[in-house]
Amino acid sequence: MVAQTLYDKIWDSHVVADRGNGEHLIYVDRHLVQEVSSPQAFAALDQDGRKVRCPEAHIAVADHAVPTLRGDRPFAEGLAFSQVERLKENAAKHGIAYMPMDGERHGIVHVIGPELGFTLPGVVLVCGDSHTCTHGAFGCIAFGIGASECTSIFATQTLRQRKQKTMRVNLEGGLPDGVTVKDVILALIAEIGTGGGVGYALEYAGSTVRELSMAARMTLCNMSIEAGSRVGVVAPDEKTFAYLEGRPLAPSGDAWKQAMAAWSDLHSDADAVFDREVTFNTADLAPQVSWGTTPEHTCAVTGQVPDPEREADQNSKSRLRKSLAYMGLEPGTAIRDIPVDRVFVGSCTNGRLEDLRAAAQVLSGRKVADSVKAIAVPGSAAVKIAAEREGLHEIFLSAGFEWRDAGCSMCVAMNDDRLAEGERCASTSNRNFEGRQGKGGRTHLMSPPMAAAAAVTGKITDVRELL
Amino acid sequence: MEKFTTVKSVAAPLLENAIDTDVIFPARFLLLLDREGLGRYAFSERRNGPEPFVLDTPPYDTAKILVTGENFGTGSSREQAVWTIADLGIRCVIARSFGEIFFANCFKNGVLPVRLGGDDMAAVERAAEAAEEITIDLEAQSIRLSSGREIRFDIEPNLKRLLLLGLDEVGMILAEDGDAIKAFEARRKADQPWMSIGIEKLHALAEEQDKNG
Ligand code: SF4
Repeated sequence: MVAQTLYDKIWDSHVVADRGNGEHLIYVDRHLVQEVSSPQAFAALDQDGRKVRCPEAHIAVADHAVPTLRGDRPFAEGLAFSQVERLKENAAKHGIAYMPMDGERHGIVHVIGPELGFTLPGVVLVCGDSHTCTHGAFGCIAFGIGASECTSIFATQTLRQRKQKTMRVNLEGGLPDGVTVKDVILALIAEIGTGGGVGYALEYAGSTVRELSMAARMTLCNMSIEAGSRVGVVAPDEKTFAYLEGRPLAPSGDAWKQAMAAWSDLHSDADAVFDREVTFNTADLAPQVSWGTTPEHTCAVTGQVPDPEREADQNSKSRLRKSLAYMGLEPGTAIRDIPVDRVFVGSCTNGRLEDLRAAAQVLSGRKVADSVKAIAVPGSAAVKIAAEREGLHEIFLSAGFEWRDAGCSMCVAMNDDRLAEGERCASTSNRNFEGRQGKGGRTHLMSPPMAAAAAVTGKITDVRELL
Repeated sequence: MEKFTTVKSVAAPLLENAIDTDVIFPARFLLLLDREGLGRYAFSERRNGPEPFVLDTPPYDTAKILVTGENFGTGSSREQAVWTIADLGIRCVIARSFGEIFFANCFKNGVLPVRLGGDDMAAVERAAEAAEEITIDLEAQSIRLSSGREIRFDIEPNLKRLLLLGLDEVGMILAEDGDAIKAFEARRKADQPWMSIGIEKLHALAEEQDKNG
């Protein structure tokens, strides 16, 4: 047997047909369906009079545009409301399970997939959303797709795809105090660039990764797309299996035993050859903060806003100037002196229980600065319930945070949670593109404890000073 | 889908680099539910900007071909970027390079993306700016300029066939590999029984919370 990478093993086991020219027809085991990217896919299906081939392969949930102030409030009519209604109708019509917004299984697609045990090692999982790479934390091939591809999954359960090249990212050295996996992935993107992973499926390996919890591995894989990779995987291990065992949709009884036996082969062979390999030492990492308008515009919290004039070529000079103008930042400004107006803790990157715990630890006994408006948005209803059971909501509320219902919220600003023009936000989400959190809004990406620290002091702060 | 054979039209010159998906189809329109009629939101910011926009300027307002620069369609995976262009009546985009996902999405929507470089691209740009009619012949993989010059372009055979026959991808997959899919599913059921969740289990889960919530 030729030595194989984990990605190759999963891929090869899903090839239905070889179409030539490097194109394969691959089988898709799991599909998550959300409101914003699915209506046209269903419409195309209906238009051709086609049926959903395998209803049990899909779960539908509304997350992107739902309001996060719910309780007894009615969902105001409008485009977002219509989208959610349409999703419900489409799911009902095609026999797909829909997780209602007011239920305990609701949440961001990439948070509930693993929570429910829908996400499993060794599967191919897709969703009409680029952060589908999150699920790779479980040792599966998971990637974002477009609307036509969603139609193809509904009707055929397959996709025509080309295999990616492979890159192993070895993270070694463990994490110092006050530093999280979010800092690792931000620093990695700053190093290899937002184009660094284009065309590659990443496999995260090394001592730092083995130590990470499942939540942290999800944060890591989540931002693979920000490094240009549609796919990021971590080989499953005891932590993976312990996380999944007993989840509502995970196999149980004999099926669990069979699955475990098959999953034991889900790792890259010792002598497998990757197309590219990078090693990154995480032992001396400082907390990271983005200062620009792409995730690679990131540096240590102890650093400064860079000077465009130091850039070698004209192109990058002008891009950097444009970026700093948008961000309203002067070259040479200490990152730690940048004041913030808003703080957002949430998203599929950092909206899990352990993220909320890490933020609450910093907030405990402290108050949000008067100048700051802060919201905490759990990634799912289950996360919210678990957090409340531990009393985390009281810490957030007494610090002066708002405590919301689950959804994408200010990560994508498709509901009412958004920045006003010129407002600056310390955010635990994953993208700092122009306008991402609202037209003219300015985003600084960071970890949950760092965002909590910024909330308390009213400016970007090295959380290590507050621990 | 409409078959792509030959297209004869003036070509609208939008000679800029890195026109991204936000320029082509701004994110705020993503809440719209339909894919028909999206053409009116294409290049929204540009069309409502201070300068007249090329696709609103005769004779280019009826152009079926768009000529642009490097990295056209870079940015997000939103397929609306192709739908909006197709809805305007554009059947072919000629560029120096494309965003990866946009390029793939074109074929799924009956739009032919053509990559050209060097002197060939320069000739096409000149023809576009002079509002000369050009002819795209997909079967022959050629672009004919009114000067008589003929430019060859590359296209993968599978994708060419998709466009020529006006096949949607679903139809093609089912026709060519329907049996292979069935065989794969049978094998999977036998070898990996844990893969199947059971639709009842899923619906029970969705309903269980209905009661609670
Ligand atoms: S939280 Fe943000 S990144 Fe994640 S699925 Fe929602 S919009 Fe996308």
